[in-house]
Amino acid sequence: MLEIKNLHASINGKEILKGIDLSVKAGEIHAIMGPNGSGKSTLSSVLVGNPAFTVTEGSVTFNGKDLLAMEPEDRSREGIFLSFQYPVEIPGVSMVNFMRAAVNEHRKYKGLEPVSATDFLKLMREKRAVVDLDNKLASRSVNEGFSGGEKKRNEIFQMAMLEPKLAILDETDSGLDIDALRVVASGVNKLKTADNAIIVITHYQRLLDYIKPDIVHVLYKGRIVKTAGPELALELEEKGYDWIKNTIDN
Amino acid sequence: MEDTNNILNEVTSGEYKYGFVTDIDTDVIHRGLDEATVRLISAKKKEPDWLLEFRLKAFRHWQTLEMPTWAHLRIPPIDYQDIIYYAAPKKKEGPKSMDEIDPELMKTFDKLGIPLHERAQLSGMAVDAVMDSVSVKTTFKNTLAEKGIIFCSFSEAVQHHPDLVQQYLGSVVSYRDNFFAALNSAVFSDGSFVYIPKGVRCPMELSTYFRINAQGTGQFERTLIVADDEAYVSYLEGCTAPMRDENQLHAAIVEIIANEHAEVKYSTVQNWYPGDKEGKGGIYNFVTKRGLCKGEGSKISWTQVETGSAITWKYPSCILAGDNSVGEFYSVAVTNNYQQADTGTKMIHLGKNTRSTIVSKGISAGHSQNSYRGLVKVSPRAEGARNHSQCDSLLLSSTCGAHTFPYADIQNETAVVEHEATTSKISEEQLFYCRQRGISVEEAVGLIVNGYAREVMNKLPMEFAVEAQKLLTISLEGSVG
Repeated sequence: MLEIKNLHASINGKEILKGIDLSVKAGEIHAIMGPNGSGKSTLSSVLVGNPAFTVTEGSVTFNGKDLLAMEPEDRSREGIFLSFQYPVEIPGVSMVNFMRAAVNEHRKYKGLEPVSATDFLKLMREKRAVVDLDNKLASRSVNEGFSGGEKKRNEIFQMAMLEPKLAILDETDSGLDIDALRVVASGVNKLKTADNAIIVITHYQRLLDYIKPDIVHVLYKGRIVKTAGPELALELEEKGYDWIKNTIDN
Repeated sequence: MEDTNNILNEVTSGEYKYGFVTDIDTDVIHRGLDEATVRLISAKKKEPDWLLEFRLKAFRHWQTLEMPTWAHLRIPPIDYQDIIYYAAPKKKEGPKSMDEIDPELMKTFDKLGIPLHERAQLSGMAVDAVMDSVSVKTTFKNTLAEKGIIFCSFSEAVQHHPDLVQQYLGSVVSYRDNFFAALNSAVFSDGSFVYIPKGVRCPMELSTYFRINAQGTGQFERTLIVADDEAYVSYLEGCTAPMRDENQLHAAIVEIIANEHAEVKYSTVQNWYPGDKEGKGGIYNFVTKRGLCKGEGSKISWTQVETGSAITWKYPSCILAGDNSVGEFYSVAVTNNYQQADTGTKMIHLGKNTRSTIVSKGISAGHSQNSYRGLVKVSPRAEGARNHSQCDSLLLSSTCGAHTFPYADIQNETAVVEHEATTSKISEEQLFYCRQRGISVEEAVGLIVNGYAREVMNKLPMEFAVEAQKLLTISLEGSVG
């Protein structure tokens, strides 16, 4: 599904990603872990086409298409979803209008008619249940006045609405208490099928207790330095990132 | 940052959709303005002597005035002798019924989305269509007449309801009020007249659509709305003009009178041709709009969505004379490219326990200048007056300007007057968030801008809210940054 080859990227002339290789297949859950500043969030930003970052080398294909040649909105329509670490507030724009615009743009891309108001509201109701999102939140402005946990729930709700092929969860666990973490994780698990894939980016192991990865990668200084099964996450938790740092830096 | 600027620039460089010209024979008078012109206009409209006198007094007063210079506007010199003050689409020859309209005119208004056949109309809306200096057609006149409501062109009102017109004309906006008011009072040609009798709730939206078509002309319309005791009316005004390199002058007057417990809602969707991307051409929109809350407990509410015109000078105001009367002003003003707007309101509290609300949302893009100017005045006897003003500016480029000039003149110490102001930008994060969800940049800017203006857009009648939302998005195509 996703093939990343020798990906280099920089921001303001400073190289952050220094040759990433990664292959994700349908049905898989990958976890990308690493210490702060290792390039985890840069990787997710580059994959969704955040204009703040420049790709200097390498290639990314998504279901055979050149992902890097696509505008961010087309990447979304092709089925890539990012659950933002810090979801932004958009005052005055109701979640309903926002989601309807998004859903209809996705439909247009597929050559479908815009969804009817009744069907749309039905869809909203159904998907809200996935993360137990309050109806009141859905009628408020996008993320405005939402607590940290509500924002993350709202991200997963949007994921449920857009049914992406590849979802990237960027530090979705940050700022969540244990109850909220459970709700969010169980929402993600409900959305997991054999046809889609998930990349979980996280600093800590705890999210992986709830969303079980098939493969764990460790990112350090802009490179993937270690790849293994789920046991790697536990080992990291136990030994800390210094273990990786010492191995690599020495 | 550069990327976002470029994207926003592309998004806000849209095309004006109503810039076509109707090819129709037009009866135009000579250029220039003197007493003879005023007499000629009055004669063409077969007006009574008192009205001619009114015009002449206004004209003589106008000659003593200078154009106002206090607004935050750069207005190129206007040669008032180079303007045509009267232009009327010619009636085709041959015997015809009064109601018959030139098919070309029908087509024009159809194209503008204003069908003049009653059966083709949006139900629940009556329209007075004005092209250049004359009213072309007023729909649903008879339906409304059954309730005693008068809705007709101003010229018709002068002929059929002279006493009402004479009683109220100039009673809210005197010809001595300002330069453009004096000019309008001298040369006004047509417009709408509305009278809602006592206790009647007008069953449909009333609407006037103004269209400038002829070249070299100015449009000087006059609207007079009178709501008698406990009457209610919602009135809507729309306007467009062809795309031309020349600047055309539009100097209108709107007067509203609300008697005891009457309520008038006046909504404007102003979309005069704004000029091209380099600032060439466009309408000068110099308008005096004022409502008098004459009776106790009366209410006048102005809602405006201003997207057009090269230069806008306009302050829809309320005089709150009746005790417990209410004045409201909700405004969204969008300027793009080289447009300039100096707009706002005056709330004059005279009666006891009068209340006013001001919500102004300025959106500036390109190289435009957008100013809010507002006065809240509380007279010594206006015990318990209250005002809340909120003025927000949204900047979509680094080359535009947004300015706020709030004035307060409070002469009663029981008054409570509050003013809030904010300035914001569309952030790159907001845009990117939308794009990541599959929403294109244009759509995203439209969503965000409409969200920003939502409080005002919600005040528009349903039928026009959707159009106005689209208009906001279109007028900003190609401009954020």
